[in-house]
Amino acid sequence: MRRLTWFNTTALTFGFAFLYLPVVILVVYSFNSSRLVTVWAGFSTKWYFELLQNQLFIDAAWVTLRVAAISSTIATILGTMAAYVLVRSARFYGRTLFSGMIYAPLVMPEVITGLSLLLLFIGIGLDRGLVTIILAHTTFSMCFVSVVVSSRLANFDRSLEEAALDLGCTPFHAFCLVTLPNIAPAVIAGWLLAFSLSLDDLVIASFTAGPSATTLPIRIWSSVRLGVSPEINALSTLLIAMVSIGVITAALISKRNLLRQN
Amino acid sequence: MVDPWNDPDAKPLISFQNVTKSFGSFLAVDNLSLDIFEKEFFALLGPSGCGKTTLLRMLAGFEAPTSGSILLANRDITPIPPNKRTVNMMFQSYALFPHLSVYDNIAFGLRRQKMPKAQLASRVDEMLTLTRLERFANRRPHQISGGQRQRVALARSLAKAPKLLLLDEPMGALDKKLRQETQFELVDIQEKTGTTFVIVTHDQEEAMTVATRVGVMNEGQLVQVEAPDVIYENPNSTYVASFLGQINLIEGRATPTASGIDLVWAEGQPRLHCKTDVVFSSGQRCHLAIRPEKIMIHAEEPESRNKVCGTVLDIAYLGNISTYHVELISGHVIKAQTTNDRRISRRSFTWDDSVWLSWTDTAAVALAN
Ligand SMILES: Nc1ncnc2c1ncn2[C@@H]1O[C@H](COP(=O)(O)OP(=O)(O)O)[C@@H](O)[C@H]1O
Ligand SMILES: [Mg+2]
Repeated sequence: MRRLTWFNTTALTFGFAFLYLPVVILVVYSFNSSRLVTVWAGFSTKWYFELLQNQLFIDAAWVTLRVAAISSTIATILGTMAAYVLVRSARFYGRTLFSGMIYAPLVMPEVITGLSLLLLFIGIGLDRGLVTIILAHTTFSMCFVSVVVSSRLANFDRSLEEAALDLGCTPFHAFCLVTLPNIAPAVIAGWLLAFSLSLDDLVIASFTAGPSATTLPIRIWSSVRLGVSPEINALSTLLIAMVSIGVITAALISKRNLLRQN
Repeated sequence: MVDPWNDPDAKPLISFQNVTKSFGSFLAVDNLSLDIFEKEFFALLGPSGCGKTTLLRMLAGFEAPTSGSILLANRDITPIPPNKRTVNMMFQSYALFPHLSVYDNIAFGLRRQKMPKAQLASRVDEMLTLTRLERFANRRPHQISGGQRQRVALARSLAKAPKLLLLDEPMGALDKKLRQETQFELVDIQEKTGTTFVIVTHDQEEAMTVATRVGVMNEGQLVQVEAPDVIYENPNSTYVASFLGQINLIEGRATPTASGIDLVWAEGQPRLHCKTDVVFSSGQRCHLAIRPEKIMIHAEEPESRNKVCGTVLDIAYLGNISTYHVELISGHVIKAQTTNDRRISRRSFTWDDSVWLSWTDTAAVALAN
């Protein structure tokens, strides 16, 4: 490998500074003992303890985690099934249209997705709360899962399933025993993607959340409007840690899988 | 003992009855009828794209015939799904499960039929021994060589002791030596287990080595179905003759004689004589098909009714045999084969030598098409 030149080093430094400086400042100030966000007054972890006393934040965190876990699980199941049918089934009338339509929500403005869901929930008289947020998040993250899974399925050798049938599996058993283990990395990656999408969604959640259930991003957003507090910094730091762990895990899983294939 | 295919009372294990399979407007299998008998080793031979795999996939249940029916042990199997058929298939791509070890791959089918643990273990061990894979039982498919993978695929399809085993170009990926070893192994397994085999191949030598009968296919149809020696010695068309091994085809017009035909084939050349039971009309267009190993090569004019002379154009030295390409005055090029029973430095003929070729009246086959 070539050594880094002076120019490359500078470009790299500025690039990463641009990306991560705001995040670093946020993390550093979460350990500030002063209540004033912009004045450094020494190291302290008190805001983290204070966060634990704040029932509003804890409730919101609990709601967010439940929403993310449930919606990403449902989205993974539905998205995998949709991908399987679209990739595997014999050509049926309008298949191309269906494959195209599954990508549409990826580019749909979130405001519109949120608004249309809101109208639907009002229309069918469903009270806004935990259930509606879960439904909304399932709806939009399902497409992401099915895109991830279908690209893996397209590369998966069809004759493996036929071999399973040939050896006495029903089509359902063949899927569970042969297809699923082989597309598992994509399914897990899809789940992690859906989970993190749900975790940091603000727009769609704002449309579909009700007074009974508020997610963490909504809670942060509304409290920041009254001024940034060190507690928020602490909370954001925790969120960053969680997302980083998720991303690193996903990367490790796919890397290990790549190694195993070669 | 009479071969079952020559016995009118024998009941076939598999029976294709006017089977047609089309993909859109394309006919992959065209009105094909064929009986295969128990304990046969049936080889399907034909160029790529002639419908061999499609035929197997219909037997395994992955494709349904567009029309016609397929009987297995006298039962129409068309409506039976693949997992309910007592047929196992070894795939052209092997289709080993990458997430399972060699052992679990072989045990897969047995686990599905809920075989008791002890019995399962002994059956898998038996298969591992048969295919000489004992040392690799715990490896994954990607940790073994191509030849070993092929044997795993074979063991997996044999494990359930199916009535019928379908092999789709099982040795396509193997080198020549391993391929020959495996061919003998297959025949051995077939004799030990008594399974009926249908093997697809586009390698004629392989078909000749392993098969009890060979079916030669062309564009979705069977051109000839016979024992390997009959196919080789008595092809029914120039297509079959040129598909199996090397052949000289001489075109001409027939004149019927008492025991066969005389062939007028080139200006100013003596007629060629051929014994045949087939009746030709006078002046009918026909081909004489002569295998190169049945043609003798001489330095002097021989005593024979069928002889031609020419010059050596080319010599293909294959170690054990040599093929001489001899160009006649008429422009025809005839291939003649000799075994190299002398050392190459003492070879009798060389390039541009003038030589005589001769063969007997029974060496050639007269073909109408
Ligand atoms: N699923 C399919 N859809 C369309 N055409 C097919 C399909 N399967 C096979 N064919 C066509 O049928 C013909 C025979 O194929 P195949 O049985 O695989 O030939 P072989 O095994 O003798 O090489 C080929 O021309 C192939 O293109
Ligand atoms: Mg094929």
